[in-house]
Amino acid sequence: MNEKNEAILEAERLTKIFSSGIINKDYTVAVNNASFALYPGRVTSLVGESGSGKTTIGRLILKLIDPTSGTIFYRGEDITNIQGRNSKKDYYRQVQGVFQDPFSSFNPLFKINRVFEMLFREFKPEANNKKELICQSLEEVNLNPGRILDKYPHQLSGGQLQRLLIARALLLDVEILVADEIISMLDASTRMGVLNLLVDICRDKGLAILFITHDLNLGYYLSDDTLILHEGNLVERGATTRVYENPYHPYTQMLFESVPDIEEKWDRSREFIPEQITEVVEEFYQNNQEEGYKEVEKNHYVLMSLPDNSSPGVTEYFQV
Amino acid sequence: MADNGTVLEVKDLKTYYRVMKGDVKAVDNLNFTVRRGEILGVVGESGCGKSTLAYSLISLKKPLQHISGEANLLGQDLMQLSGREKRKLKLKNISIIPQYALDAFSPTKKIKTFIKDLVKQHGRRADKKFMDKVRERFKIVNLSPSVLDRYSMELSGGMKQRVVMLISSLLDPDLLIADEITSALDVTSQRFVTTLLADLRDEGIIGSAIFITHDLATLYQIADRILVMYAGRLAELGAADEIVHNPRHPYTRDLINSLPRIGIQHKDERLTGIKGTPPDLTDIGEGCRFRFRCQHRTVECDSTPKMEEPRQRHYIRCWNYKSLGSDQNE
Repeated sequence: MNEKNEAILEAERLTKIFSSGIINKDYTVAVNNASFALYPGRVTSLVGESGSGKTTIGRLILKLIDPTSGTIFYRGEDITNIQGRNSKKDYYRQVQGVFQDPFSSFNPLFKINRVFEMLFREFKPEANNKKELICQSLEEVNLNPGRILDKYPHQLSGGQLQRLLIARALLLDVEILVADEIISMLDASTRMGVLNLLVDICRDKGLAILFITHDLNLGYYLSDDTLILHEGNLVERGATTRVYENPYHPYTQMLFESVPDIEEKWDRSREFIPEQITEVVEEFYQNNQEEGYKEVEKNHYVLMSLPDNSSPGVTEYFQV
Repeated sequence: MADNGTVLEVKDLKTYYRVMKGDVKAVDNLNFTVRRGEILGVVGESGCGKSTLAYSLISLKKPLQHISGEANLLGQDLMQLSGREKRKLKLKNISIIPQYALDAFSPTKKIKTFIKDLVKQHGRRADKKFMDKVRERFKIVNLSPSVLDRYSMELSGGMKQRVVMLISSLLDPDLLIADEITSALDVTSQRFVTTLLADLRDEGIIGSAIFITHDLATLYQIADRILVMYAGRLAELGAADEIVHNPRHPYTRDLINSLPRIGIQHKDERLTGIKGTPPDLTDIGEGCRFRFRCQHRTVECDSTPKMEEPRQRHYIRCWNYKSLGSDQNE
């Protein structure tokens, strides 16, 4: 399963520009020309700091927002502009998301079994062995159906709720799971359980997982491929071990320097100022002769310079 | 026991939340000291009482109540002081960076106004000399003094946290309590802010610090000693290197083994985490509180383990730590 099969989802030059204001419009380029692919049976982690656009990419994949430009292919088919309830529903049968705050992902007034009932009504009205399917998926995420189903969300822990959300996705037999910061609200001792579960279902079921995180340690543990996002640009991407062992882009290097490690303490004699990175990155782009992405080693790509028109999406946007 | 170098000495401290359902024993029989120049790290899962410890020291408010024990700050028992007496100590002797403080700035006040109002409350004049000192401090936290004329919403999370740290340490407190100062920040800002706390100590601006966090790896970077709390009690307390590289308590061991780090992929090594969840602290009875999740549980564990000191300034509450062995000889 570990071999790279054909990509199940491909994003090509995705750009998302948000505008705000009515008269004097302000434009924010949240994602700029991002291209990547997700493969069955592989975890791809998308690493970035707050405001880097990582959640926006997740929402684009989940079709919660439409891209300003660029294309998304699902199994080779362009699904960028699918509209309408039915075609979206078809898409959601295959692609599901799990989000950061498990407590706000559930209706506090509904018992857990009602959540599953609704799922069946919406997506699988034909199923007649509902109970069996529910129990099976709950057992897959290591939850005891008898002790979970007649509870309200507030009676369960964050880890249990997060598992429930995964169980819900499993029930649909999805092919792609977008996991957006799913463990950042869990404690150190409970989060490993959820993470191992994620890896196991990815391997066993051939699921493609986009794991969005800001935690580099977790990203390394979990993922086969890594995408590093900085201010909307995918600055570095490739096999996780390559990117982590041999970071090339100055932003990636800085990220790795900030990771706390229990084997080695930070060098406090060296000056470390996060703000300087903007200048350093600009300098890096200016000094490079290459354009676009460069394959620095096998399966390891680095953004060497921004395109001449640093945000082509904006101009396109204005012409519309 | 208290020598001149001791800033804070906590003895058998119990503070409970008195609520309708009963007593929530969030801080139960805690013992530790903080010496001058020391950064004590407090680590534990959510609900283990680490923030309650901070509130107990800085402001006991209902439903949180002092049950017994002492917390001596430079010889004065914080538990016996009146609100007014405590107020005099705040910012000058003891200060706190509360969790989420960076979101608590008034949106209608400039940073400058906020600082002036604050020091007035503590009986200081915000004269030119004082504001010069403030500007000097901005340089230490690597912010331009022009930030003084900005509103909080114009600053990023990392910048706001630096302003908060600057304000909390403005009157050079003997003890600064930093409660989860990194949890809302990006990794690069986390490193900066954490290092800054150590810098403030090195430059003598703060006398000592208690650094509370759930992130053991970050804590290890600057803490001299680490207190591991579990369900309101001390599990283990010792030098940072000892705790991280030679843990003795089963909980500390499990906690460290569940830390993901670069170099370990799930294919090579499976990290397990700890089964189960922490117990409900409402009217919790006798016994080691970790026994429900502990792999080394024995009959003794149903009674509360005493605090032992296997090595100097290394404390542990566990019946069976000796039989679990240690990497080094004692």
